Amino acid sequence: MTPRGPLVWRTATIGAVKEETPHARTLSLEVPGWPGHRAGQHVDLRLTAEDGYQAQRSYSISSAPEAGSVEVTVELVDDGEVSPYLVEDARPGDQFEVRGPIGGHFSWSVDEGGPVVLVAGGSGLAPLMSMLRHRAARASQADARLLVSARSPRDALYRDELEELEPRAGLLVAWTFTREPPPGWLGFAGRVDAEMLTAVGPGPQARPRCFVCGPTPFVEHVANLLVDAGHDPHLIHAERFGPTGG
Amino acid sequence: MAPISRGFRGRRSDVDPGRLPPGQYLTPDFPVLSAGPTPRTDLATWTLTIDGAVDEPRTWSWDEFLALPSETFTVDIHCVTKWSKLDTTWTGVSLDALLDGVETEAEFVVAWCDGDYTTNLPLEDVTGGRAWVAHTYDGEPLEAEHGGPARLLVPHLYFWKSAKWLRRLTLRPDDEPGFWESVGYHNYGDPWREQRYWSD
Repeated sequence: MTPRGPLVWRTATIGAVKEETPHARTLSLEVPGWPGHRAGQHVDLRLTAEDGYQAQRSYSISSAPEAGSVEVTVELVDDGEVSPYLVEDARPGDQFEVRGPIGGHFSWSVDEGGPVVLVAGGSGLAPLMSMLRHRAARASQADARLLVSARSPRDALYRDELEELEPRAGLLVAWTFTREPPPGWLGFAGRVDAEMLTAVGPGPQARPRCFVCGPTPFVEHVANLLVDAGHDPHLIHAERFGPTGG
Repeated sequence: MAPISRGFRGRRSDVDPGRLPPGQYLTPDFPVLSAGPTPRTDLATWTLTIDGAVDEPRTWSWDEFLALPSETFTVDIHCVTKWSKLDTTWTGVSLDALLDGVETEAEFVVAWCDGDYTTNLPLEDVTGGRAWVAHTYDGEPLEAEHGGPARLLVPHLYFWKSAKWLRRLTLRPDDEPGFWESVGYHNYGDPWREQRYWSD
C-alpha cells in the first residue's frame, strides 16, 4: 500500500452515538479532510484534558470506506482510561483528534475478490464489519463467511444489521454463544472449534484469505485451528488486542 | 491547538515521565501483537544465521546458540500500539557477541523470521550493547507467542523492531524496508521522538 500523504492529527467531532450493547457503543465521527480508508484499517484517537494531559488509543474502523463518516465501536474495558470516557461520557458535539487510516495488512477490498473467512471474538467484529459493509455497499457477491463468538445475544454487536445483510448471495453469517445461548437456539454454542470452522467453510483447498480479530487468546486459538485444518499460514491475517488499559 | 475533549480527565500514572515516551501508557500485562499465526518451530532444526555482506556466513544450531555467552538485562519496552512495559528482564546473546570478528562494510541489517516477517535496522543500532537475541523472559524459556524460541530485542526502538521468531540477520550496504516499514510505519521507530508512522 502506498502512503497517500502525511498522517496528521485531525479534529473529530462526534456526530451520532449508537448504543450497541450494554458495554459498547458506536461513535460516528465527522472528520474534515479524512483521506478515506480500506476496510479493516484502524485509527488512532487522541484525547486532551483541560490541563493539556493527553491519552492515545487505537480503534478499528467499523464503517465502510463508502460511508460518509468514520465510525468506531468502543467496548468498555474495566479499569480502562479512555474507553469509559468514550462509552459513558462522550456525547454528540464532543471533540478529540484522530489520525489515520493505519494498517495495510489486515484489510480487504472486494476488488481482491473472495473467498474470505472472517472470524471475530467479541468486539473484534468491528473491522470485519467494515469489510462486510464495504462488500454490501459495492453489491459484491464475493464468497464471504463470518463466524462470530459472543458471550450471549446481549453482547452481540451488529446482529440485526448482519441478519439483514445475510440473504445476499455469497454471504454466510454464523454465531456461537459461549455463555448464554438464547432459548431454543439451534446454532453453535461454546468456544470456536474445528467443527464450527469446517461447517462455516470454505476449507483450505479453496485457499480463502482468513481474517481473525479478537482478544489475544481467542486469536491464538482460532489461528492455530486454521493452521491445523490445513490453511496456508500466509493467508491467515491476525489482529490481536489485549484487554489492557483501553 | 488540540481541541479539549469535554469532561475527559484521564488517569495520570505516577511513573517517572523520563521513562514513558510521548503517547504511551503503562501496562502491567504483556500484550501479544503479530500479523499472522504463531509459527511452530522445531528446536532440532532451528538455526540462527548471519549472512549478507559478510566474509563468511555464520550459523548456529539451538545448542550452539545457547552455549554462547548470555547476558541477563532489565529494560523498558515500548510498543507502537501505545503500551509500554517497564523493567522487563530478559536473557540472551548480545549482537556484539554474534558479530564478534565479522568483517563487513554493511550499514544496515534485515531481520528475517519464521512466518516471513522482516524488519530493518541500522547496524549501529544493534551494536554497542544495544541489541540482543533473547531466549529467556523473566527466567523462563521465551514463550512462542512472545517470539520464542528466540527473538531480537532492541529496546530503544519501538517493539516491532524486536522481531519475534528470529532466524536470520542479513547485513546490507543499503537499507531495505521490512514488513511494517513497507505499509506505513516509520522506517526507524524511535519512541522518544514518537516515530510511529512514515511521516512522523
